Amino acid sequence: MAAGVAAWLPFARAAAIGWMPVANLPMPIAPTNKNKHQDELIILNVSGRRFQTWRNTLDRYPDTLLGSSEKEFFFNEETREYFFDRDPDVFRSILNFYRTGKLHYPRYECISAYDEELAFFGIIPEIISDCCYEEYKDRKRENAERLMDDLEDNKDSKLPNMTFRETMWRAFENPHTSTMALVFYYVTGFFIAISVITNVVETVPCGYMPNQRDIPCGERYTEAFFCMDTACVMIFTVEYLMRLFAAPSRYRFMRSVMSIIDVVAILPYYIGLVMTNNEDVSGAFVTLRVFRVFRIFKFSRHSQGLRILGYTLKSCASELGFLLFSLTMAIIIFATVMFYAEKGSSSSKFTSIPASFWYTIVTMTTLGYGDMVPKTIAGKIFGSICSLSGVLVIALPVPVIVSNFSRIYHQNQRADKRRAQKVQKARLSRMRISKSGSSSAFLHSKRNGLNQSLELTQLPYYKMKLSPQGSLEEDQQLKKTTSLLESQHHHLLHCLEKTTNHEFVDERLYEQGYMQTALQNFPSQSPSLSSEEGITGTCCSRRTKKSMQPLSATHTHSHTHNLQELSALHIQCGERQALNTSRSSLNLMSDESGSLNCKSSGLVTTAIITIPTPPSNNSRASPDAPPPPNPDAPPLPNPGNDVVKISAL
Amino acid sequence: MGALMVIFSLQTKQRRKMTDSVEDELELSAARHRPEALEQLEAQTRFSRKELQILYRGFKNECPSGVVNEDTFKEIYSQFFPQGDASTYAHFLFDAFDTDHNGSVSFEDFVMGLSILLRGTVQEKLNWAFNLYDINKDGYITKEEMLDIIKSIYDMMGKCTYPTLKEETPRQHVEIFFQKMDKNRDGVVTIDEFIDCCQNDENIMKSMQLFENVI
Repeated sequence: MAAGVAAWLPFARAAAIGWMPVANLPMPIAPTNKNKHQDELIILNVSGRRFQTWRNTLDRYPDTLLGSSEKEFFFNEETREYFFDRDPDVFRSILNFYRTGKLHYPRYECISAYDEELAFFGIIPEIISDCCYEEYKDRKRENAERLMDDLEDNKDSKLPNMTFRETMWRAFENPHTSTMALVFYYVTGFFIAISVITNVVETVPCGYMPNQRDIPCGERYTEAFFCMDTACVMIFTVEYLMRLFAAPSRYRFMRSVMSIIDVVAILPYYIGLVMTNNEDVSGAFVTLRVFRVFRIFKFSRHSQGLRILGYTLKSCASELGFLLFSLTMAIIIFATVMFYAEKGSSSSKFTSIPASFWYTIVTMTTLGYGDMVPKTIAGKIFGSICSLSGVLVIALPVPVIVSNFSRIYHQNQRADKRRAQKVQKARLSRMRISKSGSSSAFLHSKRNGLNQSLELTQLPYYKMKLSPQGSLEEDQQLKKTTSLLESQHHHLLHCLEKTTNHEFVDERLYEQGYMQTALQNFPSQSPSLSSEEGITGTCCSRRTKKSMQPLSATHTHSHTHNLQELSALHIQCGERQALNTSRSSLNLMSDESGSLNCKSSGLVTTAIITIPTPPSNNSRASPDAPPPPNPDAPPLPNPGNDVVKISAL
Repeated sequence: MGALMVIFSLQTKQRRKMTDSVEDELELSAARHRPEALEQLEAQTRFSRKELQILYRGFKNECPSGVVNEDTFKEIYSQFFPQGDASTYAHFLFDAFDTDHNGSVSFEDFVMGLSILLRGTVQEKLNWAFNLYDINKDGYITKEEMLDIIKSIYDMMGKCTYPTLKEETPRQHVEIFFQKMDKNRDGVVTIDEFIDCCQNDENIMKSMQLFENVI
């Protein structure tokens, strides 16, 4: 429970008095504060620095070292203080957690030192408050990745037994692993360069032919260039096939960007081989040769910087898109304006709006070729506005792209979006956990029968005569597991249950009950109290015992001395709603029997003893009750539907 | 280009609105309240000096400004009932604690209320409960007021209850209450009927003593 909640618990419990006149059932007894000593200051000596706080402050979190009895191990008798041989700076944050309920992570602390201190004091890092949680997670992730990188570097040198295929793949991916890989790396790089240079030189005019026309070298030395091209393509093909063979996942490899570039680089050659020298397709063939320039992208395997650039452009897609969009808008606006401004002047180059696009682009990017210039005054004015705004529009998204690039470069290509999604998901799940934590704690303690122990003995009916002592021991044992604050909180929730005559249940059980009531709606058959039929409309099929019989004096097991302490018991094997009616009958009974004895010191007058659901007990109580057909009836941890109240005589 | 300007201006306007509201909140919370002296409170309430000290420390920790406003009240109270919605009942409680009806509960109001609830006589406690139920403070509890109160209590249970909450359950509860309390069947419960009836009911008497050891 948070610190604030602990401070307000007395108020919440006092406010519960507002429910009392409305409630129709008796309330459970409150947990007593056994060790009611006055609040005292305790001294925590952490490596020489003394911290002082109230004992109650530390007791707020009983499952940590300082809040539990574990701190007694560190108690120093002579100086009457608790001595911890830990870092006092980090201890400051930890103690503040007890005081304020929020755990903060100081930025100047090393993440692993902080983690160690948290682990020592038994505090889980997940409760770091929102203001510091992202920072904490970021640092933790960086640290983990750094450790992993170190591990990987060490790992590369080992690994004795890898298959040939795996060795090849590793050789392709990290050329520094073996000399063969390095040789291969440089050879392919060389051939990529050769291929690119060949493509370029092919178009250079060299030499004169007798017909006085410059022809490019490609046409002059056709065979030489063809041989060079063939050699390069052969090398590239072999390389691609080897990579395909060595890839651990061929399908994924074929979809990767690098392999697509490889394919595009070698495909034109093969298509050219296949196609004959047809007149109509020769145009298309020439176009295909353009794709040979993509071989230059194969260099990105050799250059880390190129890869980062490509990745930056991919991750800045939104900014680039914005740039493009705003440019397009501006171009259209200004082109329209210029066209209409220059419409009047004769011999104007601005023949149409699309023709003005060229002028606008050239002006906005401050190129200013000068092939189109405005001649009218209005045109010149708008032209200058166009160039000024061009500077602004282009200058705006560029810093964003640049900062992105530097960020990615420094962080070595970690995907940001993936990280943001995880943090968001973790944060939502943390909030959910903290909300459901306290409610699940209450349900958990109900399951352990703690609330029953607060009322009276919790043993089932048939065990009562055997061992009254056993119940006390169990009682104490169970009480140890919850702190006083928690037990008080649970008592408060229990009072609310009694006031409204309903119980808190798990979501799971609620769903079950809900579905069953929805599926099977039939009126309850409670023959004994026919007047109440109107109230009990639908009944849950899980509870099959529909007969409700207040047995006022049937069970007189007076030989069990425990029963003398119980003043009013009657069996109810019906629906909880029928408790309203049972209460009325209880009132009748109480009127009849007069005084309800409460001999036992300070206990509630009516005792509630729970009976487990096996039909054997119930058949004793209500002979005509059919056995429960539902096999999953027992999962209801608190068998509250079979509440037995036996009146003493 | 023009669209760019429009977009930018919109964004700056939004940001300005946000800062304005933040500044407003800062102004409100700057209001401070210092409680009366310890001796005076000791005389007016039934708490000892030490108990008042403990209470104030907790109070001041949570509300450094010295007063609780209704939203904080609702938030604090909701933490105790995670499964349901405690805000309506917290609203009624706030009205009951805020005796001078100025919209905020100071430490004096808080401690006076607690003194009645925890250390008061049964008569005083019942008076306080009647005051809580009487929403418009006219001296009569009508069925509608009781229905509101009981609905708010049932709201605190939340959805996942066993048996499942039905629409008419609060209404039935109100009927039972009025059957018990309204002796002359005039449709309202006065303070005398209420106190009379509660004093005759064993259960209620016992449960009134329940929280005496809270502090």
